[in-house]
Amino acid sequence: MVRFENVGLRYGLGPEILRDLSFQVPPHSFQFLTGPSGAGKTSLLKLLFLSLRPTRGLVNLFGQDISLLGKDEIANLRKRIGIVLQDFRLLDHMTTYENVALPFRVMGRDESSYRKEVIDLLKWVGLGERMDALPPILSGGEKQRAAIARAVISRPHLLLADEPTGNVDPTLGRRLLRLFIELNRSGTAVIIATHDITLMDQYDARRLVLHQGRLHIYE
Amino acid sequence: MRDDWCCIRDACISMSRIDEQRPLVDLGQERPQVPARARNLSPIVPRASISGRALVAVVAIMTFLASITTGTVLLVSASAAEWQSEVGSEITIQVRPQAGRDIERDVAAAADAMRAEPGIVEIRPFTKEESAKLLEPWLGSGLSLDELPVPRVIVARLQPGAMLDLVALRARVMRLAPSASVDDHRAWIERMRSMSGATVLAGVGILALVIIATIISVSFATRGAMAANRPIVEVLHFVGAGDRYIADRFFRHFLRLGLEGGLIGGGAAMLGFGFSESIAGWFSGTPVGDQFAALLGTFSLRPSGYLALAVQAVLIAAITAWASRRTLFATLDDID
Repeated sequence: MVRFENVGLRYGLGPEILRDLSFQVPPHSFQFLTGPSGAGKTSLLKLLFLSLRPTRGLVNLFGQDISLLGKDEIANLRKRIGIVLQDFRLLDHMTTYENVALPFRVMGRDESSYRKEVIDLLKWVGLGERMDALPPILSGGEKQRAAIARAVISRPHLLLADEPTGNVDPTLGRRLLRLFIELNRSGTAVIIATHDITLMDQYDARRLVLHQGRLHIYE
Repeated sequence: MRDDWCCIRDACISMSRIDEQRPLVDLGQERPQVPARARNLSPIVPRASISGRALVAVVAIMTFLASITTGTVLLVSASAAEWQSEVGSEITIQVRPQAGRDIERDVAAAADAMRAEPGIVEIRPFTKEESAKLLEPWLGSGLSLDELPVPRVIVARLQPGAMLDLVALRARVMRLAPSASVDDHRAWIERMRSMSGATVLAGVGILALVIIATIISVSFATRGAMAANRPIVEVLHFVGAGDRYIADRFFRHFLRLGLEGGLIGGGAAMLGFGFSESIAGWFSGTPVGDQFAALLGTFSLRPSGYLALAVQAVLIAAITAWASRRTLFATLDDID
């Protein structure tokens, strides 16, 4: 599903912050991406989400070399990837329901075709009573769950989550981890970037450890 | 929230891409009541925002200024053309008093000579009383022309497009009335033409500056409004929206804002020109009002003038949308 070969990344003329990354993410797999702060976890997630292009090396996503893809093809690939960012990135003028339904809306689907599915998922993540609330009045944990719901609603083939439990208490963190595990069991490959050792200890999964720009893999 | 995310009571996660018809989560008996009616979804780009309102205000003000300039240029140029055609369709014969000649007879002879000329449709010799009336502003009332050597005037109105042999006409008139002079106002028209040409040219120059200022200020205001919408562009990008989808949404949004501003600014200017005739009427009789009326006529803009103002407002709206599109693609390139 994802294949990196000797990938390097630098910003501008600065030092290379990711060096010689070579790894694969198989379909239906689950992995934690970890490492100290500033190790390049978010940069690697951006490479995986096609928000950044590598300075060197080969990135192959869903069987396609991304260096050969045009903007429209990249946008189509992104529809197969769900992403949860640290700062949630919810649209403040839209209700929780509308934020979660946004991927369907962008696909051009009619509202009646996804309404039930969105409401069910919102109920599931405990936001059933908050579906008409605007993000500015949601708590940090509620925003986190809304962002996760938006990332998973279109059943992505690959889910990327950047510190998804960073803004919630340990109990809620465990609940969210269970959601990712269930999503993975249904066929989605999951990559969770975190430096929360407690969270990683709760689930026996592959660990990708970034250290000084290099990647070490612990199966 | 529940403690168990996998399966609590009758609620279970049930995901499958193999069978996309199945729901993402199955809430069992806890399934909420789904409203039958579709929700009124918020627009992707919020309609009411501070930056949006500021942009509408900028577009409205600049459209108003551009419309006022355009309308004034059109008014001046139309009035100048009217002036020239009015003066150009007249010939004035001046008969001066001369010792030993009867001025009344000379006036009648000159008028008869003019009447015989093909292309002249109307002859109006000014009587002694009418001549006195013309001099009244300078010499006061109760004037007796018998005491003064005052010339008499004959105004001849020409058929539109008529070409007169002025040299032959002048010779004929002077044969009958040696003290007469024939003036076709050529010098006057030339002066008027150069004056109105200079006024229109200055107006067009000002209009060009206003339009350039409009383009620059609207473009920058649009960029400012787009910068405020950058988080929306990023989120749409993250959920897989293509550049064309995003550009389409923003283009429509900014075109609507531009049209709104154009309608307010252009509409206010059009109303101003619509009422200018009545406003000019309030000042008629005053020295300022009369001067303006002499220069700009009735102050009324022709229908083609209103059409020009409407087209201008639409163009400014299009500039707004175009600037948003350019900024949007720069933002998307930046995100990529």
